[in-house]
Amino acid sequence: MTVPLLEMQQIRKSFGGSVALDGVSFEVLPGEVHALVGENGAGKSTLMNIASGVLQPDAGRILWQGRALPALDPRKARQLGIAFVHQELALVPQLSIAENIFLGRHAQGPPALVRWGRMRDHARQLLAELGRPLDPDSPVASLGVGEQQLVEIARALAFQARLVIMDEPTAALSESEVARLFQVIARLERRGVSVVYITHRLREIYQIARRVTVLRDGRRVASAPIAAMPHDELIRHIVGRPAQEQFPPPGPPPRGPCALRVERLTARGRFQDVSFHVRAGEIVGLAGLVGAGRTELLEAIFGAAPFDAGQIWLQERPVRIRSPRDAIRLGMALVPDDRKMKGLIPRAPVVWNLVLPSCRRFLLRPAEERSRALALIGDLRIRPADAHIPVSSLSGGNQQKVVLARWLLARASVFLMDEPTRGIDVGAKAEIYELIRRLAERGAAIVLVSSEWEEILGLADRVLVMHRGRMVGELPREQATEEAIMRLATGGVP
Amino acid sequence: MSLSAFGVSGIVSGALRRFGPLLALVLMCAALSLLSEHFLTLENLLNVFRQSSVNALLALGQLTVIVTAGIDLSVGSLLGLCTVLAAMALKAGAPPGAAIFLALAAGASLGALNGVLYTKLRLPHPFIPTLGMMNVARGLALVLTGGFPISELPAGFRLWGAGALFGVPMPVVVVLVFCVLFHLFLTRTVPGRDLYAIGGNRQAALLCGVPVDRRLILAYALSGLMAGAGAVLLAGRMNSGFPLAGVGAELDSIAAVIIGGASFFGGVGTVLGTLVGALIMGVLRNGLNLLDVSAYWQTVVIGAVIVAAVWVDVVRQRAAQRSS
Repeated sequence: MTVPLLEMQQIRKSFGGSVALDGVSFEVLPGEVHALVGENGAGKSTLMNIASGVLQPDAGRILWQGRALPALDPRKARQLGIAFVHQELALVPQLSIAENIFLGRHAQGPPALVRWGRMRDHARQLLAELGRPLDPDSPVASLGVGEQQLVEIARALAFQARLVIMDEPTAALSESEVARLFQVIARLERRGVSVVYITHRLREIYQIARRVTVLRDGRRVASAPIAAMPHDELIRHIVGRPAQEQFPPPGPPPRGPCALRVERLTARGRFQDVSFHVRAGEIVGLAGLVGAGRTELLEAIFGAAPFDAGQIWLQERPVRIRSPRDAIRLGMALVPDDRKMKGLIPRAPVVWNLVLPSCRRFLLRPAEERSRALALIGDLRIRPADAHIPVSSLSGGNQQKVVLARWLLARASVFLMDEPTRGIDVGAKAEIYELIRRLAERGAAIVLVSSEWEEILGLADRVLVMHRGRMVGELPREQATEEAIMRLATGGVP
Repeated sequence: MSLSAFGVSGIVSGALRRFGPLLALVLMCAALSLLSEHFLTLENLLNVFRQSSVNALLALGQLTVIVTAGIDLSVGSLLGLCTVLAAMALKAGAPPGAAIFLALAAGASLGALNGVLYTKLRLPHPFIPTLGMMNVARGLALVLTGGFPISELPAGFRLWGAGALFGVPMPVVVVLVFCVLFHLFLTRTVPGRDLYAIGGNRQAALLCGVPVDRRLILAYALSGLMAGAGAVLLAGRMNSGFPLAGVGAELDSIAAVIIGGASFFGGVGTVLGTLVGALIMGVLRNGLNLLDVSAYWQTVVIGAVIVAAVWVDVVRQRAAQRSS
């Protein structure tokens, strides 16, 4: 049997009184892609932070190529060849690709001198090895998220990484970028580099991983070759109960009146000539690659960004929306794509975050706000059920429920939802799917943007596809398949 | 992770934020009453409060701006300009009430202009428009007076800076009244809470329908208004409109707000804390005076206290981030 590259034995870690890792063992073989999955808070990030020396375990041993390691710190981990590609990329946007790749590393030769030529050549070579010949001189700010990730991976290789840890690398990537990332991962594998791959997107695992380890509540509940782990069983391990129907069953096709109609909306450089409508009670999926203009379109409809031409109708009446405030008054709601940056006021208590859009009067009514907030918290099972703790202390899934719940309070009738389940765990996802369906049944019109196409296929009554700022196709539920969406989203004909 | 990360340390840091400045003030007063027999007398305490009153008023305005994650560098200059405007009006024969109204209106409108420049011109940071206003207002004050103070104001006007109500100095009464008003505004009204929302996450506030530009203009207008109010007290006390009044006062007001537990990152800060912050600065100066520490060293001490107070805020912020 091969000696594992990294072996973690009986790792324990607690923060204050709560146990994050309760005797977890984990091993990575040389040259394997190992998926690490579990709900938020299951301990994945804590485990990997220990593996990369950021956190120290309370108990347990770490072996590297069979030899026990004394205490690990980030510098030592890097010397061993452990690299962590974080969810939030750690690049300096103003610097060039080459500079970023070699950031913080001493060049050979006289100290304090930058050897531009050698650095550039080396960078070019690394990028070529990864299959993406980017110009090492171009600034990182000019790159897309996927390319930036590649630079981070190149940086890991420049440090002679033997083990690359990727934390949700595809969360912000489009389908085509994901495909490219998978090619890069395959190349890493061929070079004998091991990869630990943390993700919530379970289907990806079957495409790239050799083995999978599942954590739940700080314990390892399964670890097996991917071939021996069917999808249903994987979900059962993750949530700790049998995999239920992930998507609630669809109702009859909606026949309600037209709630939102958009005609020939154009914002130069972002989207052109976009027309579509949504009926009351209807869920319309809006698919497309990242950069297709979906977020820009939703924000323009909501009054958060200007547009140059076109007309918006609400309940068959033409409206002028100059600000989100106007949109909210007209009964619209936006669930933004980025919960942290656009959705929440992190230090403010949950109750403020809930009532913010529905405050109309001059004087606050704390008692009324509190009782409404508690009703919502109970209704949506937001945990912990405390209206007065800062919203930042909630888990991602519960934070997202807060973002959705505020629009129930505002009695919105047209929902624009941009990636409503990004980065949240399986259990919370299912709850949010149910909520979306429930809203539609009560007569809300819903536009659902998602990069997880199974989400769109599972929920939408009708699928619209955007490509490079244009609406390129419409698929009724019966004809909507991943292949059909993909063809349209990449610019092909249906 | 919920309990450990947020529970105990959260409660401790929350209590520290709320009562830390007050505790510091009490400890300082206790220490000073041991060190000097002159400190703990009603007369001296009222004196401290009176001397802190202009800074306290400016700090209330500054607080409304700082909770939006902004800053107002112009209040010291606006204070100077408003003393000059009030004095000129009085010299031209205006009744005290009209002069006071002029000072308040000028302060509020120039403050609102700060807000308009910041939001409508989309300047990158309020530092820029208020730095500009700081120079413009000071320059105007000097231009209007030729650099000379305008002295000998009528008694009906001086009453506000130098008079007393039932033995309590008038400036103290004014400060307390404004404290109550600002407290009610910031904690009991929608526009007040919107300011915290903007400071906590401007983009999220906008997407939740907060009229961000309007609220910011209001915050800067209130800050300017308090410069006008401070000018009425100061001109009354000094019995003159003085073009160089309030040089550096904007920095004292910022210091009071920060010492009082508000966060430079926005979204956090209370009226009580700010009042305590202004009093801490006043007590420090008064105490160091009583202890015969030179004015030069007082400046050094106050500087150190400001850095220490902000450092405490940074530590709290980091602890809060770690727990989320």
